Amino acid sequence: MSHLILEGLGKSYGPVVAVEALDLSVARGEFISLLGPSGCGKTTTLQMIAGFTPVDHGRILLDERDLGTVPPARRGLGIVFQSYALFPHMTVAENIAFGLEMRGIARPEREARTLEAMELVGLKGFSDRYPRRMSGGQQQRVALARALVIRPSLLLLDEPLSNLDAKLREEMQAELRQIQRSVGTTTVLVTHDQHEAMALSDRIVVMNQGRVEQIGAPDAVYGSPASAFVAHFLGKTNVLAATGDGNGAVAIEGLSLPLAGAPAGAVRLAVRPERLMLAAPQAPGFSARVTGRVFQGAHWLLTAESAAGPLTIIRHNDGQPVPGEGEAVRLAFTAADISLLPEGEAASV
Amino acid sequence: MSALARAQRRAPYALTGPALLVFLGLVIIPLAMTVLLSFYDWGQYTGIVPEFTLKNWLDIATDSYFLEIFLRTFRIAVLVTLASIVIGVPEAYILNRMSPGWRSVFLLVVIGPLLVSVVARTLGWALLLGSNGIVNQGLMALGLIGTPLEFMFTETGVVIALTHVLIPFMILAVWASLQRLDPQVENAAASLGAGWFTIWRRVILPQIVPGILSGAIIVFALAASAFATPAIIGGRRLKVASTLAYDEFLNTLNWPLGAAVATLLLIALVAIIVGCNRLVERRYAQVFE
Repeated sequence: MSHLILEGLGKSYGPVVAVEALDLSVARGEFISLLGPSGCGKTTTLQMIAGFTPVDHGRILLDERDLGTVPPARRGLGIVFQSYALFPHMTVAENIAFGLEMRGIARPEREARTLEAMELVGLKGFSDRYPRRMSGGQQQRVALARALVIRPSLLLLDEPLSNLDAKLREEMQAELRQIQRSVGTTTVLVTHDQHEAMALSDRIVVMNQGRVEQIGAPDAVYGSPASAFVAHFLGKTNVLAATGDGNGAVAIEGLSLPLAGAPAGAVRLAVRPERLMLAAPQAPGFSARVTGRVFQGAHWLLTAESAAGPLTIIRHNDGQPVPGEGEAVRLAFTAADISLLPEGEAASV
Repeated sequence: MSALARAQRRAPYALTGPALLVFLGLVIIPLAMTVLLSFYDWGQYTGIVPEFTLKNWLDIATDSYFLEIFLRTFRIAVLVTLASIVIGVPEAYILNRMSPGWRSVFLLVVIGPLLVSVVARTLGWALLLGSNGIVNQGLMALGLIGTPLEFMFTETGVVIALTHVLIPFMILAVWASLQRLDPQVENAAASLGAGWFTIWRRVILPQIVPGILSGAIIVFALAASAFATPAIIGGRRLKVASTLAYDEFLNTLNWPLGAAVATLLLIALVAIIVGCNRLVERRYAQVFE
């Protein structure tokens, strides 16, 4: 049974369509990410679920209850804001207990649950601190504890990690995931960071210009992007020009691979840089010339030119020789690595 | 020590010197002379006698006439400050929530009273508040009152007129502190289950206390030392400290007594403001950082 259902959810600001008929169904306990560039409608969607932005059309159902007319204070959702929005004049414990106080929970239980929440986010002993005296990561934890302590039916995270530095962000990602697993709260995360979305979510909703481009598990969306936009937004990708023979196969020069549903004539394929392999001179493949080589520790990043288009190749630093600049190479990939991109989309997304 | 180091050490003094001189010449010396003057003697036929005496201060301390005037002054100042808070704080909040276009229009309306000459504005109030003024005529036409209310030459009238002119200071001070608020905290409080009144009382108000306090200090100081408005609306009978000092200086020509009144007003103002400031700062220590 779905826990949260968005039905044809839409919002316009004058002539500008922020969100266009969004359909989404989230299972209980699921961690779902709304991913997209700024202005794609992900934040507007979150604001509509939270009740801060009125819905133009469509419905929001939480446990089969229509949230349409429910004010934000009665929705019982836990929200972590990008700026954390902590109450600066209250201590950590007062911040966390605020939601419990609003629910009229008696002091002994309130204190017990506040301590429990602080332990959950690793802030034991910080009760009497004021938010101003804490680091960004600690403030983030307070915000999370404050949202979780009310035992919300839904946890909404609005770019919660974007104000942290890279190292701390990675740590918090792991911790956030672990906390969400342990409390089992259905979570909707809004982010523009593909790594964050892939690291945290059960499913990703890739959005662009108010529309959903693709919904799926991170590896599925990454492995077989439904559009050139998704292919480019999630990680690096190569778009290759190939020829279909009309009989379920595509070819680039000497490399011919079976691909169900491939039309006859020119087709465009997406292949991830780490799936492009160097082939032996006589093996099936296509030729390319290396134009650049950058060493990145665990791998080499190569750029190359070919008849199929410009390429990016990732070579793992496995001790094998790496072709240098200007060197001619022969490349190949397998049928499993291909995503067929729909026609009519600009190749240069 | 090298010449350069010596020059660098002197630079701060050299740079602040001119401003210090102006401050010394235009504020400190006249102030000191006023304080000194308050200890001089004065006689109907002798004028100012440069002899040290505590007569003026004893007069003020013992004569209930002065006590009454000082009490009235601070009663008016307190009422004006309270009215400015009650009206100004919500007004600043509404102003802060307006769209930028409307906000600039209403900001002009808010600071409007400051753009009108004090005499013209006060006479305008006199026209409105007089026993045949528009306010009384309107209230009588509505049948709310039978006889005209007395606004002119009463404390009520002075409080109304002073609130009108001083409220911009409150609004601007509160608005400045509202702008520093995280716009998401209201949403955060709402998502945790707080209604609008609770959000106001528990989340917004505590955070704008510094703004209210600085606005209150300005309004209180200006209301307690206001001259033109109490002089015109209050008239000759309803004296406050500043009109009293004026009368002693220019009508009675008893400068030493006037100086004592002015000095006492200054001392009382500083004491009240510093005291309140301490009190509020201690209570809301966390917000004042």
